[in-house]
Amino acid sequence: MTEFVQHIVNGISLGSIYALIALGYTLVFGILQLINFAHGDVFMLGAFIGLYSSKFFGFDQNPSLGALVLIMGISMIGCAAIGYCIERLAYRPLRRAPRINVLITAVGVSLFLEFAGQLFLGADPKFFPQIYQPAGGDMGAGALKVNPLQVMVLVISLALMTALQYVVFKTRLGRAMRAVSFNHEYASLMGIPTDRVISYTFMLGSALAGAAGVLVGLIYPKIEPLMGVLPGLKAFVAAVLGGIGNVTGAVVGAITLGLAESLVVGYWAPTYRDALAFAVLIVILLIKPAGLFGTGRTEKV
Amino acid sequence: MKKRSVVRVFVGIALISVAFTGCTKTKSKVCDLSAGSDTNVIRVGEVGSMTGSEATFGVSTHEGIQLALCQANAAGGVKGKKFVLYSLDDQSKQDEAAAAMTKLITQSKVDAILGEVASGISKVMAPIAQANKVPMITPSSTNPDVTKIGDYIFRVCFIDPFQGYVMAKFAKENLKAKKVAILQDHGSDYSVGLAKFFIETFTKDGGEIVLNQSYNKNDVDFKSQLTAIRAKAPDAIYIPGYYTHVGLIARQARELGVTIPLMGGDGWDSPELKSIGGAALNNSYFSNHYSAEDKSPAVQTFLKEYKETFGKTPDGLAAMGYDAARVLADAMNRAKSLSNTDVRDAIAATVKFEGVTGKITIDKERNAVKPAVVLRVDNGEFKYQSTIHP
Amino acid sequence: MKSSAGWLAALAACWVMHFFVQDYSRSYYFLIFLYAGINIVLAVSLNLVNGVTGQFSMGHAGFMSIGGYVSCYLITQLFQRSPALFEGPLSMPIFAGALVLGGIAAAIAGYLVGLPSLRLKGDYLAIVTLGFGEIIRVILLNVDAVGGARGLGGIPNLTSFGVVYTCVIVTVFCVWRIIRSAQGRALLAVREDEIAASAMGVNTTRSKVSAFVIGAFFAGIAGGLFGSWLTVLTPQTFDFNKSFEIIIMVVLGGMGSVSGSIVAAIFLTIIREALRPLQDITKLDFRMIIYSLMLIVLMLTKPRGLFGSRELVKEKELA
Repeated sequence: MTEFVQHIVNGISLGSIYALIALGYTLVFGILQLINFAHGDVFMLGAFIGLYSSKFFGFDQNPSLGALVLIMGISMIGCAAIGYCIERLAYRPLRRAPRINVLITAVGVSLFLEFAGQLFLGADPKFFPQIYQPAGGDMGAGALKVNPLQVMVLVISLALMTALQYVVFKTRLGRAMRAVSFNHEYASLMGIPTDRVISYTFMLGSALAGAAGVLVGLIYPKIEPLMGVLPGLKAFVAAVLGGIGNVTGAVVGAITLGLAESLVVGYWAPTYRDALAFAVLIVILLIKPAGLFGTGRTEKV
Repeated sequence: MKKRSVVRVFVGIALISVAFTGCTKTKSKVCDLSAGSDTNVIRVGEVGSMTGSEATFGVSTHEGIQLALCQANAAGGVKGKKFVLYSLDDQSKQDEAAAAMTKLITQSKVDAILGEVASGISKVMAPIAQANKVPMITPSSTNPDVTKIGDYIFRVCFIDPFQGYVMAKFAKENLKAKKVAILQDHGSDYSVGLAKFFIETFTKDGGEIVLNQSYNKNDVDFKSQLTAIRAKAPDAIYIPGYYTHVGLIARQARELGVTIPLMGGDGWDSPELKSIGGAALNNSYFSNHYSAEDKSPAVQTFLKEYKETFGKTPDGLAAMGYDAARVLADAMNRAKSLSNTDVRDAIAATVKFEGVTGKITIDKERNAVKPAVVLRVDNGEFKYQSTIHP
Repeated sequence: MKSSAGWLAALAACWVMHFFVQDYSRSYYFLIFLYAGINIVLAVSLNLVNGVTGQFSMGHAGFMSIGGYVSCYLITQLFQRSPALFEGPLSMPIFAGALVLGGIAAAIAGYLVGLPSLRLKGDYLAIVTLGFGEIIRVILLNVDAVGGARGLGGIPNLTSFGVVYTCVIVTVFCVWRIIRSAQGRALLAVREDEIAASAMGVNTTRSKVSAFVIGAFFAGIAGGLFGSWLTVLTPQTFDFNKSFEIIIMVVLGGMGSVSGSIVAAIFLTIIREALRPLQDITKLDFRMIIYSLMLIVLMLTKPRGLFGSRELVKEKELA
């Protein structure tokens, strides 16, 4: 019984990591319908910005909550800037081009960031400094163990989800985002500066990836230039599972995926872990393409 | 409009590149090994993963090789000739490795080949070396099949069966373990091989494998596997993987309250293991080629000069690359001439060469025979525990 | 009938060349030539799916691996049982048979992937095919019969200049003829406007699936050539970076242009090797960075690839 509960706990904590990345993914996909392959790599850059800035400030020596907040802030700003550059340079010129071209460009940007990272940041895995250690040590009862950091990540994911929900549904920017996502041209006819709205969305999504990078670095303190590839793809699966563009859906989808992975690895076949995410993706797209929470959008027939 | 956007892209790329370069580490102080106008040189070819999924191993090996050749050149080279290194990247891909290998042999006309780390890639390279009769020494391809390809193929590392045997014996005799769980890297030839031979030896002596779990190369979360292992209550866990994973595994094991000893192989040997794993690795043991505590001049010179040249502590793969290059240089020194057959015969006749990774003797199967040491991880230090002979 | 003469002449020329270059089969330029051939097969077959039919498959390496593993497994088994078979003239037909079987296995997989393409479009299809390629890789890692992570070794080397370029000619011939057949027009119609195509009576489902099946078949053959040349296959070789490589060739050449794909495959194979000396100067391997930048810049400046959907040769000359 303890084993099963532990698997559930593991699954939820893994899912909350995917959720952090999936939030940014779903935002960008929601507005552009573009699989931003580079999202996972922005996440990787976020972790590296966190690494270098905490070394710069010397936080690896004296951990504190303030340090974590500051580093996360720096990483989010840095990633927002990177996200802006990517959108401005690689995606915006292709706004009217066929979708496949944008997709190929996204792949190109992703490969560029990965290999540039390998050459300039070094291919070897780096240790992410423990800039924050929650007080109280281990949590849990008896054999059941919970990492307090992961509880924190879950809380942060849920908080970010609520904040995003507020941004998307209650603010002017959110209304503009929803309009742009519905139809670019009509939105711009209505006087919405589509390009600017898309830029903001990209920056917001990339900032979330940056935050995720720092938090993942804290929990899994091994960062390397290719670390974003698989989490990026899995976060996308999570976003599709929850219904693309749906903020709550992304978190629920991510936790579902985390649970599924944890149970499959624990009880059945750990070697099929990476196949599982894609199998889930294929099944969900075939059975319910709109995702668990998505609203079906009628295609022009 | 079109022109302007292109200009913007280039400016953007330039900016990003500058940002990237700003982050790079300090440049290493390695000597110049490139081919100059001097043609009276010994050409050494190296194929390795400088980029791609296995790059971290390739880069370390490359550094070890560079250091060894630089030292040899500083000492006057071999037979009055200096070493020149032709190093090509295979991006961790088999087809790239075949092309790089062919280019080195047929275009650069190298006298010997060093590489690769991954056995799967060495198996592509070895037939090419064999067909062209160019001696090849692989620093760290542990799969027994690699050297079976031909009489020009050598290795300076252990083979899978030996390390599996060493740790099984250690678990049995020193740790008194009866029930062991395995956690192997399913996608790695090396890890699968070690696990297989560990299981063979351990069960033959009456031990029990309670669970054989595995993980994938890209995993960072191992808690599900560890939870399953915890439920079986083993006496120890054998994790024959690379340091890139082991540090995280150890941390997560301790987080789950798993305090039993962890065991591994030479893939653990890296300073990164200590920084990633930290205190979680206390009470862990792994088989290795050498101990940094070893006071022999070979080990101490290597550690000192590597640190001076590259500004960091070497990992096991750097030591293997270093030894592969030194075994080659030593053989060339002893060889009657620098012809390929003579060099091959000289490598095959290597006996008790004082390498960093042990006293290397090349056996009939062209494998390195040398004792293994078992190291204990203790607060970030690798402490010598015992020596196990083949 | 006259039109077939050109193709037959090419085939004859290929085998004449084969006997000339046989002695150089271990040379560097020969190897580049061989890789170029395998890449042409891959690029042209992917072009049928991505370029001509306008579906976006990112799992071509998956089909390649299925074909490669099946045909190489067969010849390896046969080789272990009776090595004598491979000494004589029988080796060629055996290899051809194994290649075709590998191709068929890949085609069956292509059929299974083609089915979801009925419901999915664009990016979704792309990610599903990518996922499919990864699933194949994970499965191959788990099948002990083909060596798992250790790879499938001991494959007899039967790949020669003649075999590779026969496959190139057959692939190009088939794809060329398909594009110019009624079926091919249907594929193009699906690309341009699926709804309109279906209104005009094109069976869009059948068209899309058949494109996938044919594309996968030739990818499988390329996999067999690849495996038998390297004599070792590991699942890791077929990760999604391999798929990207092929996509880059198709995109560079131009979506829908067969000659574009051929030129791009040759160009990219050569450039990959030609850029190697750069590594001596920079000490770092910049090739993948150059590759990815080329892709981005190309998309921004010439979104239809170098050739667009045009061909180098006039239709009449080869039709």
